[in-house]
Amino acid sequence: MSDLQSQDYVRRSATTMTPPMARSHEDQVAKLIDVSRCIGCKACQAACMEWNDLRPEIGHFEGSYENPADLGPSVWTLMKFAEHENEEGNLEWLIRKDGCMHCEDPGCLKACPAPGAIVQYANGIVDFISDKCIGCGYCVKGCPFNIPRISKKDHKSYKCTLCSDRVAVGLEPACVKACPTGAIMFGAKTDMQHQAQERIVELKSRGFQNAGLYDPQEVGGTHVMYVLQHADKPSLYSGLPDKPRISLTVDAWKGFIKPLGLAGIALAALAGFFHWISAGPNEVTEEDEAEGERVLREGEEKAS
Amino acid sequence: MTRPKNAIIRYTLPNRINHWITAICFVLLVLSGLSMFHPMLFFLSGLFGGGQWTRAVHPWIGVVLLLSYLGLIVQFWRENLLNRDDAAWMKSIGPVIANDEEHTPPVGRNNAGQKLVFWSMTLLIPVLFFSGLAIWEVYFGAATSIPVQRAAALIHSLAALAAIIVWIVHVYAAIWVRHSVRAMTQGYVTPGWAWRHHRKWLLELAQHGKTDDSRKRT
Repeated sequence: MSDLQSQDYVRRSATTMTPPMARSHEDQVAKLIDVSRCIGCKACQAACMEWNDLRPEIGHFEGSYENPADLGPSVWTLMKFAEHENEEGNLEWLIRKDGCMHCEDPGCLKACPAPGAIVQYANGIVDFISDKCIGCGYCVKGCPFNIPRISKKDHKSYKCTLCSDRVAVGLEPACVKACPTGAIMFGAKTDMQHQAQERIVELKSRGFQNAGLYDPQEVGGTHVMYVLQHADKPSLYSGLPDKPRISLTVDAWKGFIKPLGLAGIALAALAGFFHWISAGPNEVTEEDEAEGERVLREGEEKAS
Repeated sequence: MTRPKNAIIRYTLPNRINHWITAICFVLLVLSGLSMFHPMLFFLSGLFGGGQWTRAVHPWIGVVLLLSYLGLIVQFWRENLLNRDDAAWMKSIGPVIANDEEHTPPVGRNNAGQKLVFWSMTLLIPVLFFSGLAIWEVYFGAATSIPVQRAAALIHSLAALAAIIVWIVHVYAAIWVRHSVRAMTQGYVTPGWAWRHHRKWLLELAQHGKTDDSRKRT
């Protein structure tokens, strides 16, 4: 979306100085998705398209309820359907609304090389500022959840904004507003955590012993959280990562290698400069020229 | 080209054109690549028309560089094969750095340092090319898995840093050993230069009477 809030950044991509953050006294928000209450109606998908004016291309039937087949530049949220056979041999239909998790420590933002193309607001929302995006796809490599998608038309990266434009003016995200069963909730993160705990107690009393909250601490927690019936095995839910974390490869690439690399280059150049002013240039002397000429002359004489 | 009478051709016109296409590509790749590597150098993307242009043009320059460097490999691999002189030269790296020619063993057409630059680039450029393909989002974004792309990005940046340092050594050596740059621009060296820096090469040229031949070459 556009850069509506520019003085409440807590993180800004490819920025070595403190971003403008004077207006950052703000509660952290979170969206809570109660998977156990989802009926898979896709109203959230429709509301997302509607509010954000997204119209993905009409695709093909892929043999699944999932439609479209994958997230995309115009598909920011997607219902994922997993069929799980539990220990009693009963079928469980695990339906998860997939989309950006709005990590507290966002891997996309860490990997992004374009200053200000990815920002995190004080309320925790991670947003792509598209006019600054260069289309390199580094955010795709940074993300532990496989969320951002690069458009082939405009070479910009897209994902869920958590309706940062709506939230900025005190509205809840479009998907929250549309959900008919109240499976999607929105509010202060602490309130959402309380809400989740109440629901988890209820689920446990109904036999879901492993019910729990998905708020992975490996990425500092997320601003989109799930209540899962099987919180011990998040991967049951169409591959939700059990332990999501920014890849060590990305950590190294975007961490210590950046300053060390530049220091190495600078040192090499400085070593050259100081060699020049100490040892100095290696110049050919007149004696060298005389010797060289002699060798050539002797060679020619021998040949003729 | 105007050259002194006793000039010895060191690099022919095809050598030089090939070298400078590679050099121009390399400099452009360093500038555009560094702009995407460190935020403090992002301003360099302005030289290419902004971030989107830099991202779009960098891989294409890389393709040209690879093709161009293949040309250099074809032209120069033979004279960069290692031999015993290289070990001796490496051992006397102290005198070499101190400009102490008396204690530097005589070498042929290339010394071990030049060979090291050649073989380093011969290794690094294909590594950069293939790791670069994996992170060329526009065409190969879906060709490999994300973990492969992460590794490729890391390898690409490490190989690039190594190549930049090798390149700094190469450029500085050319400035330091006076009149080396002229060999790659105007193509010739003087007999004194050859005597001082590549004595065995000069003796070989003289022995085989190749000097006349080589003078006629462009």
